Amino acid sequence: MDDLYRENILDHYRHPRNYGELEQATIVQHEHNPLCGDQLSIYLLVENERIVDVKFKGKGCAISQASASMLSEELTGKSVDEAKAFDKQTILDLLGIPIGPVRLKCALLSLKTLKAGLYGVNLVDDDEDSL
Amino acid sequence: MSVQTTLDINAIREQFPLLDQSINGHRLAYLDSTATAQKPLVVLDAMDRYYRTINANVHRGVYQISEAATEAYEGTRRTIGRFIGAKSTKEIIFTRNATEAINLVAQSWGRANLQAGDRILLTVSEHHSNLVPWQLLAAQIGVELDFIELDAQGRLDLSKLEQLLTERTKLVAMTHMSNVLGTINPVEQVIAAAKQVGALVLLDGAQSVPHIPVNVQALGCDFLAFSGHKMCGPTGIGVLWARRELLEAMPPFMGGGDMIKRVGLRESSWNDLPWKFEAGTPAIAEAIGLGAAIDFLNGLGMEAIHERERQLTHYAWDKLSAIDGLTIFGPPAAERGGLLSFTLAGVHAHDVAAILDTQGIAVRAGHHCTHPLHDIFGVPATVRASFYLYTLEEEIDRLAEALVLARDTFQL
Repeated sequence: MDDLYRENILDHYRHPRNYGELEQATIVQHEHNPLCGDQLSIYLLVENERIVDVKFKGKGCAISQASASMLSEELTGKSVDEAKAFDKQTILDLLGIPIGPVRLKCALLSLKTLKAGLYGVNLVDDDEDSL
Repeated sequence: MSVQTTLDINAIREQFPLLDQSINGHRLAYLDSTATAQKPLVVLDAMDRYYRTINANVHRGVYQISEAATEAYEGTRRTIGRFIGAKSTKEIIFTRNATEAINLVAQSWGRANLQAGDRILLTVSEHHSNLVPWQLLAAQIGVELDFIELDAQGRLDLSKLEQLLTERTKLVAMTHMSNVLGTINPVEQVIAAAKQVGALVLLDGAQSVPHIPVNVQALGCDFLAFSGHKMCGPTGIGVLWARRELLEAMPPFMGGGDMIKRVGLRESSWNDLPWKFEAGTPAIAEAIGLGAAIDFLNGLGMEAIHERERQLTHYAWDKLSAIDGLTIFGPPAAERGGLLSFTLAGVHAHDVAAILDTQGIAVRAGHHCTHPLHDIFGVPATVRASFYLYTLEEEIDRLAEALVLARDTFQL
Protein backbone atom coordinates (compact mmCIF):
# COMPACT_ATOMS: atom_id res chain seq x y z
CA MET A 1 0.00 0.00 0.00
CA ASP A 2 2.75 2.39 0.94
CA ASP A 3 5.84 2.80 3.08
CA LEU A 4 4.15 4.26 6.13
CA TYR A 5 2.81 0.96 7.40
CA ARG A 6 5.70 -1.29 6.51
CA GLU A 7 5.55 -4.68 8.21
CA ASN A 8 8.16 -3.92 10.88
CA ILE A 9 6.21 -0.84 12.03
CA LEU A 10 3.04 -2.91 12.34
CA ASP A 11 4.98 -5.67 14.07
CA HIS A 12 6.26 -3.29 16.74
CA TYR A 13 2.76 -1.81 17.09
CA ARG A 14 1.09 -5.21 17.49
CA HIS A 15 3.83 -6.71 19.63
CA PRO A 16 5.56 -3.84 21.40
CA ARG A 17 8.96 -4.76 22.92
CA ASN A 18 9.70 -3.94 26.54
CA TYR A 19 6.07 -3.05 27.18
CA GLY A 20 4.99 -2.47 30.76
CA GLU A 21 6.13 -0.73 33.92
CA LEU A 22 9.40 -0.99 35.82
CA GLU A 23 8.90 -0.92 39.58
CA GLN A 24 12.54 -0.27 40.43
CA ALA A 25 12.95 2.40 37.71
CA THR A 26 15.28 5.29 38.55
CA ILE A 27 13.73 7.55 35.90
CA VAL A 28 10.02 7.69 35.06
CA GLN A 29 8.74 10.16 32.52
CA HIS A 30 5.22 10.72 31.09
CA GLU A 31 4.58 12.84 28.02
CA HIS A 32 1.75 13.25 25.56
CA ASN A 33 1.10 14.71 22.17
CA PRO A 34 -1.85 17.09 22.50
CA LEU A 35 -2.48 17.03 18.75
CA CYS A 36 -3.42 13.33 18.53
CA GLY A 37 -3.78 12.43 22.18
CA ASP A 38 -0.84 9.99 21.98
CA GLN A 39 0.44 9.11 25.48
CA LEU A 40 3.75 7.64 26.50
CA SER A 41 5.47 6.69 29.77
CA ILE A 42 9.12 5.58 29.78
CA TYR A 43 10.73 3.73 32.71
CA LEU A 44 14.54 3.56 32.89
CA LEU A 45 16.68 1.65 35.35
CA VAL A 46 20.06 3.40 35.44
CA GLU A 47 23.03 1.80 37.23
CA ASN A 48 26.56 3.27 37.11
CA GLU A 49 25.53 5.73 34.40
CA ARG A 50 24.30 2.87 32.23
CA ILE A 51 20.70 2.06 31.22
CA VAL A 52 20.32 -1.56 32.27
CA ASP A 53 16.57 -1.92 31.77
CA VAL A 54 13.84 -0.09 29.82
CA LYS A 55 10.07 -0.39 29.79
CA PHE A 56 7.41 1.78 28.25
CA LYS A 57 3.65 2.05 28.28
CA GLY A 58 1.50 4.09 25.98
CA LYS A 59 -1.57 4.63 23.91
CA GLY A 60 -1.62 6.11 20.47
CA CYS A 61 -1.12 5.65 16.77
CA ALA A 62 1.10 2.99 15.21
CA ILE A 63 3.89 5.46 14.45
CA SER A 64 4.18 6.79 18.02
CA GLN A 65 4.03 3.35 19.65
CA ALA A 66 6.35 1.62 17.16
CA SER A 67 8.83 4.44 17.63
CA ALA A 68 8.78 3.92 21.41
CA SER A 69 9.13 0.15 21.02
CA MET A 70 12.12 0.48 18.70
CA LEU A 71 13.75 3.10 20.89
CA SER A 72 13.37 0.89 23.96
CA GLU A 73 15.35 -1.86 22.22
CA GLU A 74 18.01 0.59 21.17
CA LEU A 75 18.37 2.06 24.67
CA THR A 76 19.00 -1.14 26.57
CA GLY A 77 22.68 -1.31 27.57
CA LYS A 78 23.53 2.21 26.40
CA SER A 79 25.28 4.69 28.67
CA VAL A 80 23.36 7.77 29.73
CA ASP A 81 25.65 9.92 27.59
CA GLU A 82 25.02 7.75 24.56
CA ALA A 83 21.27 8.02 25.15
CA LYS A 84 21.56 11.77 25.52
CA ALA A 85 23.19 11.87 22.09
CA PHE A 86 20.12 10.31 20.43
CA ASP A 87 18.43 12.78 18.12
CA LYS A 88 15.68 13.14 15.56
CA GLN A 89 17.73 11.28 12.97
CA THR A 90 18.22 8.35 15.35
CA ILE A 91 14.46 7.87 15.48
CA LEU A 92 13.91 8.38 11.75
CA ASP A 93 16.64 5.81 11.03
CA LEU A 94 15.02 3.34 13.42
CA LEU A 95 11.63 3.77 11.77
CA GLY A 96 13.16 3.66 8.30
CA ILE A 97 10.16 5.24 6.60
CA PRO A 98 9.51 8.71 5.24
CA ILE A 99 7.70 10.77 7.91
CA GLY A 100 5.77 13.85 6.83
CA PRO A 101 5.60 17.01 8.96
CA VAL A 102 2.23 16.12 10.48
CA ARG A 103 3.32 12.69 11.72
CA LEU A 104 6.70 13.91 12.95
CA LYS A 105 5.22 14.75 16.34
CA CYS A 106 3.96 11.15 16.61
CA ALA A 107 7.36 9.75 15.62
CA LEU A 108 9.32 11.95 18.02
CA LEU A 109 7.12 11.53 21.09
CA SER A 110 9.40 8.71 22.28
CA LEU A 111 12.52 10.88 21.93
CA LYS A 112 10.82 13.81 23.62
CA THR A 113 9.86 11.58 26.57
CA LEU A 114 13.36 10.09 26.79
CA LYS A 115 15.10 13.47 26.76
CA ALA A 116 12.68 14.95 29.27
CA GLY A 117 13.41 12.00 31.54
CA LEU A 118 17.20 12.19 31.15
CA TYR A 119 17.49 15.95 31.52
CA GLY A 120 14.39 16.67 33.59
CA VAL A 121 13.27 19.17 30.96
CA ASN A 122 11.93 19.00 27.44
CA LEU A 123 14.78 19.72 25.04
CA VAL A 124 13.36 18.26 21.85
CA ASP A 125 12.31 20.82 19.32
CA ASP A 126 9.90 18.98 17.06
CA ASP A 127 8.62 22.15 15.41
CA GLU A 128 9.16 22.21 11.69
CA ASP A 129 9.42 25.99 11.68
CA SER A 130 12.65 26.07 13.66
CA LEU A 131 15.44 27.62 11.59
CA MET B 1 -24.53 2.88 -7.41
CA SER B 2 -26.45 6.10 -7.30
CA VAL B 3 -29.42 7.52 -5.44
CA GLN B 4 -32.11 9.75 -6.91
CA THR B 5 -31.54 13.46 -6.22
CA THR B 6 -32.95 16.68 -7.63
CA LEU B 7 -29.42 18.06 -7.87
CA ASP B 8 -27.19 17.39 -10.88
CA ILE B 9 -24.10 16.38 -8.91
CA ASN B 10 -21.83 16.04 -11.93
CA ALA B 11 -22.73 19.53 -13.10
CA ILE B 12 -22.12 20.83 -9.56
CA ARG B 13 -18.71 19.15 -9.46
CA GLU B 14 -17.69 21.00 -12.63
CA GLN B 15 -17.92 24.14 -10.50
CA PHE B 16 -15.21 22.85 -8.14
CA PRO B 17 -11.86 22.68 -9.95
CA LEU B 18 -10.04 21.40 -6.86
CA LEU B 19 -11.98 18.13 -6.89
CA ASP B 20 -10.55 17.25 -10.28
CA GLN B 21 -7.12 16.00 -9.20
CA SER B 22 -5.25 12.85 -8.30
CA ILE B 23 -3.77 12.14 -4.87
CA ASN B 24 -1.40 9.19 -4.57
CA GLY B 25 -2.60 7.92 -7.95
CA HIS B 26 -6.28 8.04 -7.01
CA ARG B 27 -8.96 10.59 -7.77
CA LEU B 28 -9.29 12.88 -4.75
CA ALA B 29 -12.31 12.03 -2.60
CA TYR B 30 -12.71 15.07 -0.38
CA LEU B 31 -14.69 13.99 2.68
CA ASP B 32 -13.76 16.81 5.06
CA SER B 33 -16.23 19.58 4.20
CA THR B 34 -17.16 19.96 7.87
CA ALA B 35 -13.65 21.32 8.43
CA THR B 36 -13.83 23.53 5.36
CA ALA B 37 -15.81 23.32 2.14
CA GLN B 38 -14.34 23.57 -1.34
CA LYS B 39 -14.93 26.73 -3.38
CA PRO B 40 -16.91 26.93 -6.62
CA LEU B 41 -15.72 28.91 -9.64
CA VAL B 42 -18.33 31.62 -9.04
CA VAL B 43 -16.70 32.41 -5.68
CA LEU B 44 -13.16 32.36 -7.08
CA ASP B 45 -14.30 34.53 -9.99
CA ALA B 46 -16.10 37.06 -7.77
CA MET B 47 -13.00 37.56 -5.63
CA ASP B 48 -10.72 37.67 -8.65
CA ARG B 49 -12.98 40.20 -10.36
CA TYR B 50 -12.95 42.40 -7.25
CA TYR B 51 -9.15 42.48 -7.14
CA ARG B 52 -8.81 42.93 -10.91
CA THR B 53 -11.38 45.69 -11.32
CA ILE B 54 -12.62 47.44 -8.17
CA ASN B 55 -10.05 46.89 -5.41
CA ALA B 56 -10.26 49.97 -3.18
CA ASN B 57 -10.97 50.59 0.47
CA VAL B 58 -14.63 50.78 1.42
CA HIS B 59 -16.64 53.58 3.06
CA ARG B 60 -14.04 56.24 2.28
CA GLY B 61 -13.18 57.01 -1.30
CA VAL B 62 -15.37 59.39 -3.26
CA TYR B 63 -13.96 57.95 -6.45
CA GLN B 64 -15.71 55.43 -8.59
CA ILE B 65 -13.99 52.13 -7.79
CA SER B 66 -14.20 52.78 -4.06
CA GLU B 67 -17.92 53.34 -4.42
CA ALA B 68 -18.18 50.13 -6.43
CA ALA B 69 -16.21 48.24 -3.76
CA THR B 70 -18.44 49.66 -1.02
CA GLU B 71 -21.55 48.71 -2.95
CA ALA B 72 -20.31 45.15 -3.50
CA TYR B 73 -19.28 44.77 0.15
CA GLU B 74 -22.52 46.19 1.55
CA GLY B 75 -24.54 44.31 -1.05
CA THR B 76 -23.31 41.07 0.48
CA ARG B 77 -24.88 42.14 3.76
CA ARG B 78 -28.28 42.22 2.06
CA THR B 79 -27.66 38.78 0.54
CA ILE B 80 -26.76 37.35 3.95
CA GLY B 81 -29.67 39.07 5.68
CA ARG B 82 -32.19 37.58 3.27
CA PHE B 83 -30.49 34.18 3.49
CA ILE B 84 -31.05 33.83 7.25
CA GLY B 85 -34.22 35.92 7.61
CA ALA B 86 -32.72 39.00 9.28
CA LYS B 87 -34.90 42.10 9.52
CA SER B 88 -32.20 44.59 8.53
CA THR B 89 -28.64 44.79 7.27
CA LYS B 90 -27.89 46.54 10.59
CA GLU B 91 -28.14 43.10 12.17
CA ILE B 92 -25.40 41.55 10.01
CA ILE B 93 -21.93 42.01 11.51
CA PHE B 94 -18.93 40.77 9.55
CA THR B 95 -16.33 38.91 11.62
CA ARG B 96 -13.41 36.66 10.74
CA ASN B 97 -15.38 33.50 11.44
CA ALA B 98 -17.93 31.98 13.82
CA THR B 99 -15.28 31.88 16.56
CA GLU B 100 -14.78 35.63 16.43
CA ALA B 101 -18.54 36.19 16.34
CA ILE B 102 -18.95 34.20 19.57
CA ASN B 103 -16.02 35.99 21.20
CA LEU B 104 -17.65 39.28 20.22
CA VAL B 105 -20.85 38.33 22.04
CA ALA B 106 -18.94 37.07 25.10
CA GLN B 107 -16.78 40.16 25.45
CA SER B 108 -19.25 42.84 24.39
CA TRP B 109 -22.68 41.60 25.47
CA GLY B 110 -21.33 39.35 28.23
CA ARG B 111 -19.22 41.94 30.01
CA ALA B 112 -21.90 44.61 29.71
CA ASN B 113 -24.83 42.48 30.84
CA LEU B 114 -23.60 39.73 33.14
CA GLN B 115 -22.25 39.74 36.66
CA ALA B 116 -20.72 37.28 39.10
CA GLY B 117 -23.15 34.49 39.89
CA ASP B 118 -25.06 34.72 36.62
CA ARG B 119 -25.16 31.44 34.74
CA ILE B 120 -24.57 30.44 31.12
CA LEU B 121 -25.95 27.13 29.88
CA LEU B 122 -23.90 25.24 27.28
CA THR B 123 -23.85 21.64 26.07
CA VAL B 124 -21.04 19.11 26.54
CA SER B 125 -20.83 18.71 22.76
CA GLU B 126 -19.77 22.28 21.99
CA HIS B 127 -16.89 23.01 19.68
CA HIS B 128 -14.06 24.71 21.58
CA SER B 129 -15.14 27.93 19.84
CA ASN B 130 -18.38 27.94 21.83
CA LEU B 131 -16.79 26.81 25.08
CA VAL B 132 -13.49 28.61 25.61
CA PRO B 133 -14.86 32.17 25.08
CA TRP B 134 -17.28 31.48 27.95
CA GLN B 135 -14.51 30.03 30.11
CA LEU B 136 -12.56 33.26 29.52
CA LEU B 137 -15.59 35.32 30.48
CA ALA B 138 -16.13 33.16 33.57
CA ALA B 139 -12.55 33.84 34.67
CA GLN B 140 -12.97 37.55 34.00
CA ILE B 141 -16.28 38.29 35.70
CA GLY B 142 -17.23 35.19 37.68
CA VAL B 143 -20.18 33.85 35.68
CA GLU B 144 -20.93 30.14 36.16
CA LEU B 145 -21.16 27.56 33.37
CA ASP B 146 -23.74 24.75 33.28
CA PHE B 147 -23.95 21.96 30.74
CA ILE B 148 -26.67 19.96 29.00
CA GLU B 149 -25.42 16.38 28.86
CA LEU B 150 -25.97 13.65 26.28
CA ASP B 151 -28.09 10.53 26.42
CA ALA B 152 -26.72 7.08 25.57
CA GLN B 153 -27.21 7.66 21.84
CA GLY B 154 -25.49 11.02 21.80
CA ARG B 155 -28.64 13.15 21.73
CA LEU B 156 -28.94 16.14 24.04
CA ASP B 157 -30.53 14.98 27.28
CA LEU B 158 -33.25 17.59 27.73
CA SER B 159 -34.94 15.78 30.62
CA LYS B 160 -33.19 18.05 33.12
CA LEU B 161 -33.57 21.22 31.06
CA GLU B 162 -35.98 22.84 33.51
CA GLN B 163 -33.59 22.38 36.43
CA LEU B 164 -30.64 23.63 34.35
CA LEU B 165 -32.47 26.81 33.39
CA THR B 166 -32.40 28.75 36.66
CA GLU B 167 -33.50 32.31 37.31
CA ARG B 168 -29.79 33.24 37.21
CA THR B 169 -29.38 31.71 33.69
CA LYS B 170 -28.93 34.68 31.35
CA LEU B 171 -27.73 32.93 28.21
CA VAL B 172 -27.94 29.56 26.48
CA ALA B 173 -25.12 29.10 23.96
CA MET B 174 -25.34 25.91 21.93
CA THR B 175 -24.53 24.39 18.60
CA HIS B 176 -27.33 24.04 16.08
CA MET B 177 -25.62 21.03 14.51
CA SER B 178 -22.82 19.06 16.16
CA ASN B 179 -19.54 18.99 14.22
CA VAL B 180 -18.75 15.54 15.62
CA LEU B 181 -22.07 13.74 16.08
CA GLY B 182 -23.82 15.47 13.22
CA THR B 183 -26.91 15.77 15.41
CA ILE B 184 -29.32 18.49 14.32
CA ASN B 185 -30.22 19.67 17.81
CA PRO B 186 -33.85 20.41 18.80
CA VAL B 187 -32.99 24.07 19.36
CA GLU B 188 -36.62 25.22 19.13
CA GLN B 189 -37.42 23.31 22.32
CA VAL B 190 -34.43 24.80 24.14
CA ILE B 191 -35.23 28.32 22.90
CA ALA B 192 -38.83 28.06 24.10
CA ALA B 193 -37.68 26.89 27.54
CA ALA B 194 -34.98 29.58 27.74
CA LYS B 195 -37.56 32.28 27.05
CA GLN B 196 -39.57 31.06 30.05
CA VAL B 197 -36.72 32.17 32.35
CA GLY B 198 -35.81 35.24 30.28
CA ALA B 199 -32.50 33.84 29.03
CA LEU B 200 -31.17 34.80 25.59
CA VAL B 201 -30.05 32.10 23.14
CA LEU B 202 -26.93 32.09 20.98
CA LEU B 203 -26.79 29.47 18.25
CA ASP B 204 -23.48 28.30 16.83
CA GLY B 205 -24.55 27.89 13.21
CA ALA B 206 -21.11 26.99 11.83
CA GLN B 207 -22.42 23.57 10.74
CA SER B 208 -26.13 24.28 10.26
CA VAL B 209 -26.11 27.43 8.09
CA PRO B 210 -24.07 25.78 5.28
CA HIS B 211 -26.22 22.65 5.20
CA ILE B 212 -29.85 23.27 6.19
CA PRO B 213 -32.32 26.13 5.76
CA VAL B 214 -31.90 28.47 8.76
CA ASN B 215 -34.29 31.32 9.52
CA VAL B 216 -33.60 33.31 12.67
CA GLN B 217 -37.18 34.56 12.98
CA ALA B 218 -38.63 31.06 12.77
CA LEU B 219 -36.08 29.76 15.27
CA GLY B 220 -36.52 32.67 17.66
CA CYS B 221 -32.86 32.81 18.68
CA ASP B 222 -31.12 36.04 19.72
CA PHE B 223 -27.62 35.52 18.29
CA LEU B 224 -26.42 33.39 15.38
CA ALA B 225 -22.76 32.86 14.50
CA PHE B 226 -21.41 31.22 11.34
CA SER B 227 -18.35 31.03 9.07
CA GLY B 228 -18.08 31.66 5.35
CA HIS B 229 -15.48 29.00 4.57
CA LYS B 230 -17.72 26.09 5.58
CA MET B 231 -20.39 27.20 3.08
CA CYS B 232 -18.30 27.36 -0.10
CA GLY B 233 -17.04 30.86 0.69
CA PRO B 234 -13.48 31.94 1.47
CA THR B 235 -11.70 31.80 4.83
CA GLY B 236 -11.38 34.96 6.89
CA ILE B 237 -15.04 35.97 6.75
CA GLY B 238 -17.81 35.08 9.16
CA VAL B 239 -21.04 36.56 10.42
CA LEU B 240 -22.68 37.49 13.67
CA TRP B 241 -26.40 38.06 13.42
CA ALA B 242 -28.17 39.48 16.47
CA ARG B 243 -31.46 41.22 17.13
CA ARG B 244 -31.00 44.90 16.47
CA GLU B 245 -31.98 46.14 19.94
CA LEU B 246 -29.32 43.90 21.48
CA LEU B 247 -26.63 45.20 19.13
CA GLU B 248 -27.69 48.82 19.70
CA ALA B 249 -27.16 48.42 23.44
CA MET B 250 -23.86 46.53 23.19
CA PRO B 251 -20.51 48.35 23.50
CA PRO B 252 -17.91 47.95 20.71
CA PHE B 253 -15.80 44.80 20.63
CA MET B 254 -12.67 46.23 19.02
CA GLY B 255 -11.65 49.84 18.49
CA GLY B 256 -10.16 51.44 15.41
CA GLY B 257 -11.05 53.05 12.14
CA ASP B 258 -14.52 52.75 10.61
CA MET B 259 -16.22 51.87 13.91
CA ILE B 260 -16.25 55.47 15.16
CA LYS B 261 -18.42 58.50 14.57
CA ARG B 262 -16.18 61.14 16.17
CA VAL B 263 -12.80 60.70 17.79
CA GLY B 264 -11.24 62.96 20.39
CA LEU B 265 -7.93 62.46 22.15
CA ARG B 266 -9.56 61.02 25.27
CA GLU B 267 -12.95 59.81 24.11
CA SER B 268 -14.87 58.85 21.02
CA SER B 269 -18.40 58.10 19.91
CA TRP B 270 -19.40 55.03 17.96
CA ASN B 271 -20.56 54.52 14.44
CA ASP B 272 -24.06 53.23 13.68
CA LEU B 273 -24.81 49.56 13.23
CA PRO B 274 -23.44 47.42 11.77
CA TRP B 275 -20.12 49.31 11.46
CA LYS B 276 -19.85 49.88 15.22
CA PHE B 277 -18.55 46.31 15.38
CA GLU B 278 -16.27 46.40 12.34
CA ALA B 279 -13.01 48.10 13.30
CA GLY B 280 -10.35 48.48 10.63
CA THR B 281 -10.37 47.64 6.95
CA PRO B 282 -12.62 44.60 6.61
CA ALA B 283 -12.12 41.45 4.54
CA ILE B 284 -13.68 43.03 1.45
CA ALA B 285 -12.86 40.40 -1.17
CA GLU B 286 -13.84 37.66 1.27
CA ALA B 287 -17.21 39.27 2.01
CA ILE B 288 -17.85 39.52 -1.74
CA GLY B 289 -16.81 35.87 -2.11
CA LEU B 290 -19.23 34.87 0.63
CA GLY B 291 -22.02 36.73 -1.18
CA ALA B 292 -21.24 34.74 -4.32
CA ALA B 293 -21.26 31.51 -2.30
CA ILE B 294 -24.70 32.27 -0.89
CA ASP B 295 -26.03 33.07 -4.36
CA PHE B 296 -24.62 29.73 -5.49
CA LEU B 297 -26.26 27.81 -2.60
CA ASN B 298 -29.53 29.65 -3.11
CA GLY B 299 -29.47 28.75 -6.79
CA LEU B 300 -29.45 25.07 -5.83
CA GLY B 301 -31.81 25.50 -2.88
CA MET B 302 -30.95 24.81 0.75
CA GLU B 303 -33.81 22.32 1.05
CA ALA B 304 -32.45 20.34 -1.92
CA ILE B 305 -28.93 20.43 -0.45
CA HIS B 306 -30.21 19.19 2.90
CA GLU B 307 -32.19 16.42 1.20
CA ARG B 308 -29.15 15.35 -0.80
CA GLU B 309 -27.00 15.18 2.35
CA ARG B 310 -29.68 13.15 4.07
CA GLN B 311 -29.47 10.59 1.25
CA LEU B 312 -25.68 10.51 1.47
CA THR B 313 -25.76 10.09 5.25
CA HIS B 314 -28.19 7.15 5.06
CA TYR B 315 -26.09 5.64 2.30
CA ALA B 316 -22.86 6.04 4.30
CA TRP B 317 -24.49 4.78 7.50
CA ASP B 318 -25.51 1.54 5.78
CA LYS B 319 -22.09 1.06 4.17
CA LEU B 320 -19.98 1.84 7.23
CA SER B 321 -22.07 0.11 9.88
CA ALA B 322 -21.62 -3.12 7.89
CA ILE B 323 -17.85 -3.03 8.58
CA ASP B 324 -16.74 -5.27 11.46
CA GLY B 325 -15.02 -3.36 14.24
CA LEU B 326 -16.36 0.03 13.15
CA THR B 327 -18.28 2.08 15.73
CA ILE B 328 -20.25 5.16 14.69
CA PHE B 329 -20.80 7.82 17.38
CA GLY B 330 -24.06 9.68 17.77
CA PRO B 331 -27.72 9.24 16.86
CA PRO B 332 -29.20 7.42 13.84
CA ALA B 333 -28.86 8.80 10.32
CA ALA B 334 -32.35 10.32 10.36
CA GLU B 335 -31.39 12.80 13.09
CA ARG B 336 -28.14 14.01 11.53
CA GLY B 337 -26.59 16.25 8.99
CA GLY B 338 -24.04 14.98 6.51
CA LEU B 339 -21.28 13.61 8.67
CA LEU B 340 -20.24 10.44 10.50
CA SER B 341 -17.58 10.14 13.21
CA PHE B 342 -16.33 6.68 13.99
CA THR B 343 -13.54 4.50 15.32
CA LEU B 344 -12.10 1.32 13.87
CA ALA B 345 -11.24 -1.19 16.61
CA GLY B 346 -7.50 -1.49 17.17
CA VAL B 347 -6.48 1.15 14.65
CA HIS B 348 -5.76 4.66 15.86
CA ALA B 349 -7.73 7.39 14.06
CA HIS B 350 -4.54 8.94 12.71
CA ASP B 351 -3.45 5.62 11.23
CA VAL B 352 -6.88 5.20 9.63
CA ALA B 353 -6.67 8.67 8.10
CA ALA B 354 -3.12 8.03 6.87
CA ILE B 355 -4.19 4.81 5.15
CA LEU B 356 -7.24 6.53 3.62
CA ASP B 357 -4.89 9.23 2.33
CA THR B 358 -2.88 6.62 0.45
CA GLN B 359 -6.13 5.88 -1.39
CA GLY B 360 -6.75 9.56 -2.17
CA ILE B 361 -9.45 9.92 0.49
CA ALA B 362 -9.34 13.02 2.70
CA VAL B 363 -10.97 12.70 6.13
CA ARG B 364 -10.40 14.34 9.49
CA ALA B 365 -8.80 12.44 12.36
CA GLY B 366 -8.51 13.81 15.87
CA HIS B 367 -10.76 15.33 18.47
CA HIS B 368 -12.35 17.86 16.07
CA CYS B 369 -11.97 20.68 18.62
CA THR B 370 -14.20 18.82 21.10
CA HIS B 371 -11.92 17.49 23.86
CA PRO B 372 -14.71 17.19 26.47
CA LEU B 373 -16.95 15.20 24.12
CA HIS B 374 -14.13 12.75 23.33
CA ASP B 375 -13.47 12.39 27.06
CA ILE B 376 -17.12 11.39 27.46
CA PHE B 377 -16.77 8.83 24.64
CA GLY B 378 -13.58 7.59 26.29
CA VAL B 379 -11.61 7.71 23.04
CA PRO B 380 -8.64 9.99 22.29
CA ALA B 381 -9.63 10.54 18.69
CA THR B 382 -12.20 9.65 16.06
CA VAL B 383 -12.24 9.61 12.28
CA ARG B 384 -14.79 11.90 10.68
CA ALA B 385 -16.11 11.68 7.13
CA SER B 386 -18.30 14.58 6.08
CA PHE B 387 -20.33 15.25 2.97
CA TYR B 388 -21.50 18.22 0.97
CA LEU B 389 -23.36 18.99 -2.21
CA TYR B 390 -20.50 17.69 -4.39
CA THR B 391 -20.07 14.32 -2.63
CA LEU B 392 -20.63 11.18 -4.72
CA GLU B 393 -21.94 7.79 -3.53
CA GLU B 394 -18.91 6.34 -5.31
CA GLU B 395 -16.65 8.25 -2.89
CA ILE B 396 -18.45 6.68 0.05
CA ASP B 397 -17.99 3.26 -1.58
CA ARG B 398 -14.27 3.97 -1.82
CA LEU B 399 -14.24 5.08 1.82
CA ALA B 400 -15.80 1.80 2.91
CA GLU B 401 -13.32 -0.24 0.84
CA ALA B 402 -10.36 1.70 2.22
CA LEU B 403 -11.58 1.18 5.78
CA VAL B 404 -11.61 -2.55 5.21
CA LEU B 405 -8.08 -2.20 3.83
CA ALA B 406 -7.03 -0.30 6.98
CA ARG B 407 -8.51 -2.97 9.22
CA ASP B 408 -6.85 -5.77 7.23
CA THR B 409 -3.50 -3.96 7.16
CA PHE B 410 -3.47 -3.93 10.94
CA GLN B 411 -4.91 -7.48 11.15
CA LEU B 412 -6.32 -6.87 14.59
